Amino acid sequence: MDESMNVPVLPASKKEPSRLIVFLKTILAVVWKDLVTELRSRELLSGMLVFALSVILIFNFALELDLPTRRIVTSGVLWVTFAFAGTLGLNRSMAIEKDRGCLDGLLLAPVDRSAIYFGKAISNLAFMLIVEAIILPVYSLLYNTNLFSPGLLGVIILGSIGYVAVGTLLASMAVQARTRDILLPILLFPVAIPVLLASVKASEGLLQGLASTEIMPWVNLLLVYDVIFIAVAFMTFDNVVEE
Amino acid sequence: MKPQSTALKILTVLSSLLFLAALVMVFFFTPLEETMNYVQKVFYFHISNAWVGMLGFMAAAVAGIAYLVSHDRKWDILEMAAIEISLIFFLIAIMLGSIWARPVWNTWWTWDPRLTTAAIVELIYLACLLLRQGIDDPDRRARFSAVYTLIGSLSVPITFLSIRLFRTIHPVVIGNNDANGQGSFAMTKPMLVTMFFCLLTFSVIFVTLLWHRVRLENLTVAVEERQMEIL
Repeated sequence: MDESMNVPVLPASKKEPSRLIVFLKTILAVVWKDLVTELRSRELLSGMLVFALSVILIFNFALELDLPTRRIVTSGVLWVTFAFAGTLGLNRSMAIEKDRGCLDGLLLAPVDRSAIYFGKAISNLAFMLIVEAIILPVYSLLYNTNLFSPGLLGVIILGSIGYVAVGTLLASMAVQARTRDILLPILLFPVAIPVLLASVKASEGLLQGLASTEIMPWVNLLLVYDVIFIAVAFMTFDNVVEE
Repeated sequence: MKPQSTALKILTVLSSLLFLAALVMVFFFTPLEETMNYVQKVFYFHISNAWVGMLGFMAAAVAGIAYLVSHDRKWDILEMAAIEISLIFFLIAIMLGSIWARPVWNTWWTWDPRLTTAAIVELIYLACLLLRQGIDDPDRRARFSAVYTLIGSLSVPITFLSIRLFRTIHPVVIGNNDANGQGSFAMTKPMLVTMFFCLLTFSVIFVTLLWHRVRLENLTVAVEERQMEIL
């Protein structure tokens, strides 16, 4: 022990990659695996996308999205759509792992398990962002509004991070239960309320062009939520996948 | 079957007596509030039920963390018992609040931060019970519900803060008064004494029920183990 402490850091890291590098490489490998799988099957993204479009269609009839209504409800409609499509994606992405025994394979690998969590979370985030990147122009086109502002995109990214951070953890619990098809939304929605509320409020403020003093509290809330729940998921993921 | 311990029997009798005493105090000892009259009396039990609800959820979160650290099943049983009891007490608190709010706020329900947070807390712990129902393996069930309780207990204060960014009308009876509160009142000494007595009473009732529930669960586990032996 004492000898190894005397060894300078740089030469040691040349022989054996440091733990951080291994950790990052593991995350990258999991993300890459998910993206390649998705690229070949395209079942998750297409499912989420068609679902999201149908939700917007239903909102169109349920809320009569004419101009005055749209001014008030656009951010709400968008976030409900993202949340629903996100749940669908999260459930599917973890169910694939469980069904084909892929999760067991991942767990057998001699790597830090929180790296697996981050890998899954990042690929889930990627799927959610891709769906959002398609929904936003479609919504802009259908309702003749411009939704592209850097602020709004930032809020959408922050909100999606929080939603996916806690969603990935809960989805990996839900797929291991008998009632897994109905469990994820029941578990996720009540604890995701702060992130959804803050996202809706911040987006609404940006769309209506409110002063930044009215928007910043919500953005701060999003940041706090993101940090807390990434940290909690990082600490507890071991307990969720342990056999 | 192991008989109830003497301490538990004493505690059960004590809870009943305290509850009766609390009822007597609420109805005969406290003065009538000037504007709200009799309906204000629901406040004593409302606040006690809400207190027990919060106490139980905090106990559940602590028990959950203790389980994650020690993997000792007794913490899981304690957590489950605390959640089940608090769920009922919190529901009663919400209903009593509604009874009070109908004449004072002129509505059964309003989307005030405390009310909304209370509803979300109920949902979170109902979800936790549903999660427990869906898993058969006791160790996995314990781990999952501990993790979920931890997430819930962290998300509840954030939820409260986030909804508080809207304006609140719930009166703050203890501590500094919010100018927006509707239906608040100044408490006289007998009112304060009664309130603290009710809080004490309901805390004792909570401990008694918790003990009974843990005992019941231990018996269930014992029966299951016996069945496994025979089969």
